[in-house]
Amino acid sequence: MSGRDGFGQALHAEWTKLRTVRGWVFGLVAAALVIVLMGLFAAAASNFSCSGPDGKPCAGSTPPLGPGGEPVVDNFSFAHQAFTGDGSITARVTSLTAVSAADDQAPVEATQPWTKGGVIIKESTTPGSPYAALTLTGGHGVRLQHNFTGDIAGTLRATPSWLRLTRSGDTITGHESADGATWHLVGTVTLPGLPSTVRAGLFAASPHHEVVTESFASTSGMSYPTRATAEFDRIDLEGTWPDREWTGDDVGDLGGPVDRPEVGFEETGDGVTVRGSGNIAPVVAGRGGLGRTVEGRLVGAFAGLIAVIVVAATFMTSEYRRGLIRTSLAASPRRGRVLAAKSVVIAAVTFVTALAAALITTPLVRAVEVGKGFFEYPVPTATEVRVIVGTAALLAVAAVLSLAVGTVLRRSAGAVTVVIVAIVLPYILAIASVLPTGPSDWLLRVTPAAAFAVQQSLPEYAQVTADYSPADGYFPLSPLGGFAVLCGYTAVALGVAFSVLRRRDA
Amino acid sequence: MKEALHVEWTKLRTLAGTAWLLAGVVLLTVALGVTASAACADTGCGDPAKTSLTGIAFGQAVVAVLAVLAVGGEYSTGMIRVTFAAVPRRSTVLAAKAVVVGALVLVAGVAAVLVSVMAGRFVLAGDGAALSLADGPVFRAAVGSVLYLVLVGLLSLGVATVVRDAAAAIGVVLGLLYLFPIVAAVVSDPDWFKRLQRISPMTAGLAVQATTNLDSLPISPWAGLGVLGLWAAGALLVGGLALRLRDA
Repeated sequence: MSGRDGFGQALHAEWTKLRTVRGWVFGLVAAALVIVLMGLFAAAASNFSCSGPDGKPCAGSTPPLGPGGEPVVDNFSFAHQAFTGDGSITARVTSLTAVSAADDQAPVEATQPWTKGGVIIKESTTPGSPYAALTLTGGHGVRLQHNFTGDIAGTLRATPSWLRLTRSGDTITGHESADGATWHLVGTVTLPGLPSTVRAGLFAASPHHEVVTESFASTSGMSYPTRATAEFDRIDLEGTWPDREWTGDDVGDLGGPVDRPEVGFEETGDGVTVRGSGNIAPVVAGRGGLGRTVEGRLVGAFAGLIAVIVVAATFMTSEYRRGLIRTSLAASPRRGRVLAAKSVVIAAVTFVTALAAALITTPLVRAVEVGKGFFEYPVPTATEVRVIVGTAALLAVAAVLSLAVGTVLRRSAGAVTVVIVAIVLPYILAIASVLPTGPSDWLLRVTPAAAFAVQQSLPEYAQVTADYSPADGYFPLSPLGGFAVLCGYTAVALGVAFSVLRRRDA
Repeated sequence: MKEALHVEWTKLRTLAGTAWLLAGVVLLTVALGVTASAACADTGCGDPAKTSLTGIAFGQAVVAVLAVLAVGGEYSTGMIRVTFAAVPRRSTVLAAKAVVVGALVLVAGVAAVLVSVMAGRFVLAGDGAALSLADGPVFRAAVGSVLYLVLVGLLSLGVATVVRDAAAAIGVVLGLLYLFPIVAAVVSDPDWFKRLQRISPMTAGLAVQATTNLDSLPISPWAGLGVLGLWAAGALLVGGLALRLRDA
């Protein structure tokens, strides 16, 4: 008998055991059911309430989409003119400050790191339209940003800073200068399909000032609007600018209930002062966000995980309890082969079960959420596939880990506890405990709970200040990196299991 | 009852695992508590008492194993039939097991909580200076944490009596404890969020550890512990009924 046939037989034997024991089949069906039901429950128990104090509809409940399809914030004060063909706009920023204007309180200085004031070329004043902006920021110096996700750092950090954007076809080039004489290239970006006539001019924006308060088992964020004041002079327009005067627009102001500070622009002698609030940036998801994510629909995976761990541990320990292990090892004397066969069977069955459950859950929960008016974060298909397949793979690997720990401990209760505590407890401590973000991140780097990174569907943006904490769905490791941590633990556990199985009497 | 108690005490005392599990409760609770305190050494993380007692979330898993094995172990070996032959009143057996498990967890819990609080006081140097058991809320947090462990033990005992299989019982207990906070985190309706936190045996039960910012609690400290008490009582009641109605 060749080795391959032997392994095939071992696989067949293990598969027969698994499918004929009622408790295991029940456990796997239960795992699939809880994945679906918990997802539906979480959607059903979520409500979309976003009405302003005066009952107006909630602005921003469906954010505009940027050229790349991602949801964006596109809200700034814009002094603009029509600009046709090639040419450039140059201006000197002499001052950039921001004040916080909470209700009925005297404004206080609150310049945000990403308070922006600079020159911008934008397809139109429609929120979400393509743009390139060269801007001074409150804390990150000069930046050349385009189409919401692009961000190139300049070298200047202080006022006054000279800024120049030059258009040549689809290409926009940014230059900066400290004195208006020697110019330094910041970068060149391409805005594909930019029409001949665009809007260009000066802008100012300042994002909300976030205050995060920790409370019992949760964190809540308060945010206050801030208003930037950017002063420009030495404005020089090259090329075709037919308007000959500035038009002011509060781009992206949807007239919602948000108490926005007064914004606009005024001409001052040879310069222009723009006051604006808001931001030009991709939307960052989070607890306070209005949108729902792919991974949120798969919250039931945690319950499914527990069921799968129980099944996988007993798949091995029950052999010891009933003495069947001696029969198994007599039938297949190469002990490693029994463990390998069991691992393959439990991993494959778990993967298929979890994948089926996730594939059913995702569209169902999505339909419930859309019906309730939630905004669904659009993600590339590849990302959605990675989240769904990754969740199934996570459960499959966790099942193998549980099987291996069960082999070493030979006690089901101990094995189940070790694996559940190792995977689920760090996650809970990271998202719902007193621990600050630093230690929470650390927990999700070194424990098997790191694997849940495979579910993170939205990227972090360096150019947006936000609380990228585990509780907001942001993991310290990359999706595959986090998954690799769990695989590493599983490989070690399997190695120990192989070695003890070989050395111990059954 | 006295004989039943003696029987259960002898069984649990002579099991090799019991002493290890009790030591595990103390060690793991203290280890996580000290780690959390060290992580919060500069800020105190708002609530020094709660921080130093973070380890309870870890120790409770070992308590659950101990309690589940007190029942599940007998079912897996068939010992339960001998037990019922010796003490035919099944509710007496369950009550005796509850008393013995409760007492053992109480002892381990007192040790775990005392060491955790003292270690927290030492590690959380700045904020921890306020951490004294003479302080009313801190004392309540400490006593409440011990009772929390005892109630988790009783809940596990009840679940194990119903489920009979040790692995499945542990899965159910840890699911009850750990899943509520995870689901609550993705529920965006504030009413449902609060409701989930109030009925969650872990979140509501651990409200007893809060010493600062009591207004933000989903449920008052003792009422929260009462929620866990109801879960434990319910599990024991269903367990007792199942014992009476089912063959062993």
